[in-house]
Amino acid sequence: MSALLSVSDAHVSYGKVEAVRSVSLDVADNEIVTIIGANGAGKTTLLNAIMGVLPLKGATAFAGTDMAPLDIEDRVAAGLCLVPEHRELFGTMNVEDNLELGAFRIPKATAARSFEKVYTLFPRLKERRKQLAGTLSGGEQQMLAMGRALMGAPKLLMLDEPSLGLAPIIVADIFRTIGELRAAGVSVLLVEQNAQAALQIADRAYVMELGEFILSGSAKDIASNQRVAASYLGFQHEGASGI
Amino acid sequence: MNTTIMLFLLQDGITNGAIYALLGLALVLVFAVTRVILIPQGEFVTYGALSYAVLATGKVPGTAWLAMAMGLVALALDLFDARRSLRLKRVARAFALNIVLPAAILALAYGFASPKAPIAVNIALSLLIVAAIGLFLYRIAFQPIAHTSVLVLLIASVGCHLALQGLGLVFFGAEGLRGPALSNAALTIGPLRFTGQSLAVYGLTIGFIIALWLFFGFTLMGKALRATAVNRLGARLVGIRTTLSGQIAFLLASLIGAISGILIVPITTLYYDTGFLIGLKGFIAAIIGGLVSYPLTAVAALIVGSVEAFSSFYASNFKEVIVFTLILPVLVLRSLAAPAVEEEKD
Repeated sequence: MSALLSVSDAHVSYGKVEAVRSVSLDVADNEIVTIIGANGAGKTTLLNAIMGVLPLKGATAFAGTDMAPLDIEDRVAAGLCLVPEHRELFGTMNVEDNLELGAFRIPKATAARSFEKVYTLFPRLKERRKQLAGTLSGGEQQMLAMGRALMGAPKLLMLDEPSLGLAPIIVADIFRTIGELRAAGVSVLLVEQNAQAALQIADRAYVMELGEFILSGSAKDIASNQRVAASYLGFQHEGASGI
Repeated sequence: MNTTIMLFLLQDGITNGAIYALLGLALVLVFAVTRVILIPQGEFVTYGALSYAVLATGKVPGTAWLAMAMGLVALALDLFDARRSLRLKRVARAFALNIVLPAAILALAYGFASPKAPIAVNIALSLLIVAAIGLFLYRIAFQPIAHTSVLVLLIASVGCHLALQGLGLVFFGAEGLRGPALSNAALTIGPLRFTGQSLAVYGLTIGFIIALWLFFGFTLMGKALRATAVNRLGARLVGIRTTLSGQIAFLLASLIGAISGILIVPITTLYYDTGFLIGLKGFIAAIIGGLVSYPLTAVAALIVGSVEAFSSFYASNFKEVIVFTLILPVLVLRSLAAPAVEEEKD
């Protein structure tokens, strides 16, 4: 399989502080890849830089084209989509308008089909389509953020902490949906602190610590790695989060 | 108090208020989408009005040349921005928008320049000229600093106002001008006489408000503009170009300003600097609406217009003072009611 997204030797800095150092990763077609790591490891920074929200030093290619000269809007048009940590919904607009805007860059006819797909994936959104996005519960907002991203028919969906602040039962729901995306032909790059849940649905994983990748491999190998088990899965083995 | 006088004053106030409403709505729109407090709104009024008046005398106004010059600068900026990836399509688009458009407007202005040109043509031409100026003003002055704070944008806005006002003096001279009326028809209801002009003011204001409502509520582009206002990053992440939203906001604002000017100039003599004061009254209405609420702004504009009419009758020396004092209790109330908000960073 050819790489859909490939990032090599990426550096991201905030002023003089280098938050991401010499990171290389790739995501193939129809693959779910996760980046796990503790708070402050640089995961969100890396995703934002791949999207073009932050400047990235290094080489990034998406679907075979160099992304360096493209700004965020062009990357969206190329099929790269980010569901950011804070969701960035249009709070004073209703669910339907939020979704409609997700299809801003694609033709109207395709958008109609996207609506159907998203409503099948998240029936809750259909029930609430006239409700203002800002009045939705946290879980519904996350669904809307993912739905809005999927409206644009992306090739690669980047999810930043989709489980953040959500009840376990909703987290399970969201992760099940992420698994379903693969069947719909969407690749996923997932950034998570909930390492156990992420490793269960992912094909491959990278472990990030202090701005660098310290481990990479198949999700199975990473899950059984001693160090990862101690640092990232330790709590959850006892906690039995039910996912 | 005499009822007839009161009705006259009210009628006068509502006519003025309708104009302020248009300007106030444009200010709210521009602020919501770009965070720019559009001080040069008044110059759009002056430019629209005086370009129309000059065209009516059969001459080509200097503003047509200004649009051309600004287009050249905008093209240079576009090419500089795109220097790393100079694709033919991009260059062609920049050339069409920044050179072909103002050149076509200039050519049309020369083609139609005659004292006998129909009023509709002159109106269309002045609208086109001012719309182009508004578009390029955003490209030149605000797009490069779109990410900065509200304060920086405000300072740039004041700078644009001063520059445009100075250019207005060059183009139109210190003498005031008046333009021909849109219609000489009149309608009498009871003691009130409605001129065609004031009916045009009402009609256009209501028409514009409905058009804006339809645009923002039901079109994808209108929703995209709202989205940019609500969440700039969110808008970019779905592929909405904030520069495009900014351009459309400025285009609408300059159009609204120019239309207001064309509506006023047959009623009162306008000078190169009159627009500022008119724009400022629209600004008061927008502030009363908290720079966010369209309906509140429209209502506040009608109140501003009425207060102005009554105070010019009873205390004409203090007319402006009374109108601008309106803003004080509103600011005090608003600052008491609203919690302190840190400026949003994005």
